[in-house]
Amino acid sequence: MRFLLQRAAFYLFTAWAAITLNFFIPRLVPGDPVQSLISRNQGRISADAIESLRVLFGLDTHENIWQQYLDYWGQLLHGDLGLSFTFFPTPVATVIGDSLPWTVGLVGITTIISFLLGTALGVGAGWRRGSWVDGLLPATTFLSSIPYFWLGLVAIAVFTGPGSFFPSSGGYEAGLVPAFDGYFIPSAIKHSVLPAATILVSSMSGWILSMRNMMVTVSSEDYITVAHAKGLSERRVALSYAARNALLPNVSGFALSLGFIVGGTLLVEIVFSYPGLGYQLFQAVGYKDYPLMQGIFLIITISVLVANLLADVAYLLLDPRTRKS
Amino acid sequence: MTISPSSIEQVIPGQGAMAQPSAAPGRAKRRRFRFVANAKAATGLVILAVYCLFAIIGPWVAPYDPDARSADVLQAPSTRHWFGTTHLGQDIFSQILVGARSVMLVGLLAGVLATILSILIGVTAGYIGGVPDEGLSALSNVFLVIPALPLIIIVTSIVEQASDTLVALIIGFTSWAWGARVLRAQTLSLRRRDYVEAARATGERTWRIILFEILPNLTAIIASGFVGTVIFAVMSEITLAFIGISSISSWNWGTILFWAQGQQALAQGAWWWFVPAGLAIAVLGTALALINFGIDEFVSPRLRSAGKTRIRTADGHTVRMRVGFTPVLAPVSRPIPVPREEVTP
Repeated sequence: MRFLLQRAAFYLFTAWAAITLNFFIPRLVPGDPVQSLISRNQGRISADAIESLRVLFGLDTHENIWQQYLDYWGQLLHGDLGLSFTFFPTPVATVIGDSLPWTVGLVGITTIISFLLGTALGVGAGWRRGSWVDGLLPATTFLSSIPYFWLGLVAIAVFTGPGSFFPSSGGYEAGLVPAFDGYFIPSAIKHSVLPAATILVSSMSGWILSMRNMMVTVSSEDYITVAHAKGLSERRVALSYAARNALLPNVSGFALSLGFIVGGTLLVEIVFSYPGLGYQLFQAVGYKDYPLMQGIFLIITISVLVANLLADVAYLLLDPRTRKS
Repeated sequence: MTISPSSIEQVIPGQGAMAQPSAAPGRAKRRRFRFVANAKAATGLVILAVYCLFAIIGPWVAPYDPDARSADVLQAPSTRHWFGTTHLGQDIFSQILVGARSVMLVGLLAGVLATILSILIGVTAGYIGGVPDEGLSALSNVFLVIPALPLIIIVTSIVEQASDTLVALIIGFTSWAWGARVLRAQTLSLRRRDYVEAARATGERTWRIILFEILPNLTAIIASGFVGTVIFAVMSEITLAFIGISSISSWNWGTILFWAQGQQALAQGAWWWFVPAGLAIAVLGTALALINFGIDEFVSPRLRSAGKTRIRTADGHTVRMRVGFTPVLAPVSRPIPVPREEVTP
């Protein structure tokens, strides 16, 4: 329990650091990108909205920085992330709320499947070191070196087109209304197969490799030899002795690299015009929509922190030593 | 700074995380090429050398000006245009050649910057310990957990038309954390080794101990961290160019993909527009990853893919060899273990 509290405290600290970073980035940059956007939309933005953008981007030069920081926090705690310029006059929070489920569904589920599948294959590859499986390792290296988004482009070129089962863009068929019914759900699944496969192919090989290396290291430990000597079945030694111990570093590695993975997978959304956070970020970049960009950054960071906390819980369940203390 | 094959050779031999007492001077010379003898590392280094070469000579040997428009619009690869042309008749082969410089420059610059930062922060934290250590590790953990790519995208997009150098700086300043973490852990374990204690007892200065006792034993980790950062930096730069944030007036492989995507190359069936750039990235990434495997296997020989592990014994059985495990042949089909005859192969 103490371990978990420590981790939670650390994540709170990180969240604070990310928010503070978000506060300072627009203030450190010379010039004023937001001011020009506001003046361009003069007359269309309400006075309240202008005030909230001022607080977010530090246009209140007459206040000192500490007061600005407090205002910023006050606004965040009210869930006010400003107005999106891309989807004017929708608030950023609404835009993010609409796209977050798509990203969690696609990126979240695929990342977990990729980790589980990659780890399982890594167990096999590490246990059968020296068999034909080793010959496949260079291929996985190549696959993991391909940028996710480029693999997506190739997948679109190869698998989609007139008359193909796979749609090339979007999250669901045009004309459907998002709802849990028999029309929308199959359409959403159909649209997510290709992006998910792209992420799987390029992200899985990393897990295969790290798990293989851990398995190789673990299988020369004394307790493995003892397990063999006891006459336990090969399967039992591989899974309950070697894999169980090799899994721990892989789980903590998973937690640490989540930030990297999520960044990469967001790009797949761009290529497939999938209506998640990555695609919104892309559009925000195109329109110089700073409030939306910063809002998305905050949400992604917080999601990654939550995912990290969950990975820590998984670690706790897998490693009895952390539970004892 | 370029990462030439020789610089890695000089860095690696004769040491590593598990540094052995140095061999006799006569043997040291022979062991110098041991790292290169590793097939993976050698392949990676050769490919990397070719890329570096093109990064230097690419703009001079490119057959066309990458910006020059021509009447050959959207042509498939031919003898005149090896990789075909764009919607404006620009030669894609020339664009790739010219773009190599920017990609390698950003990758190496960001790699060097992040490596220096990770050494400064990681080794200091690991060696000094106490409160500074707590602070520095918290800092690197924060940077590790915050998703780097969205952060890089935001920072770069706020700076209008970021140049290559600026992109490299931004990537370098956001991607040092992993290296710092690994270096700190290794420094912690080195700090209490006998030879470091001895150096401290003889009154060596702290900076001298760090530079001459600790750092040489971290070179393998530093090298592998450097290579890993270069991979990340190259991918990030290409991503930035692909989504059109960094300056699109200069060529790199991401810019090519940006135009290909923007001009609906896919819908027009112009596969040659985006395939070469993607392959160039993938091969570079593979080369760097191979170098990293080479370093890993050099440091920890167990990870090498074992050679022949199936051995046929005299009486026709096959045995699979395994680390730490002496194969023992027992009759397989017997249901209950009875006193068995043991045959060692």
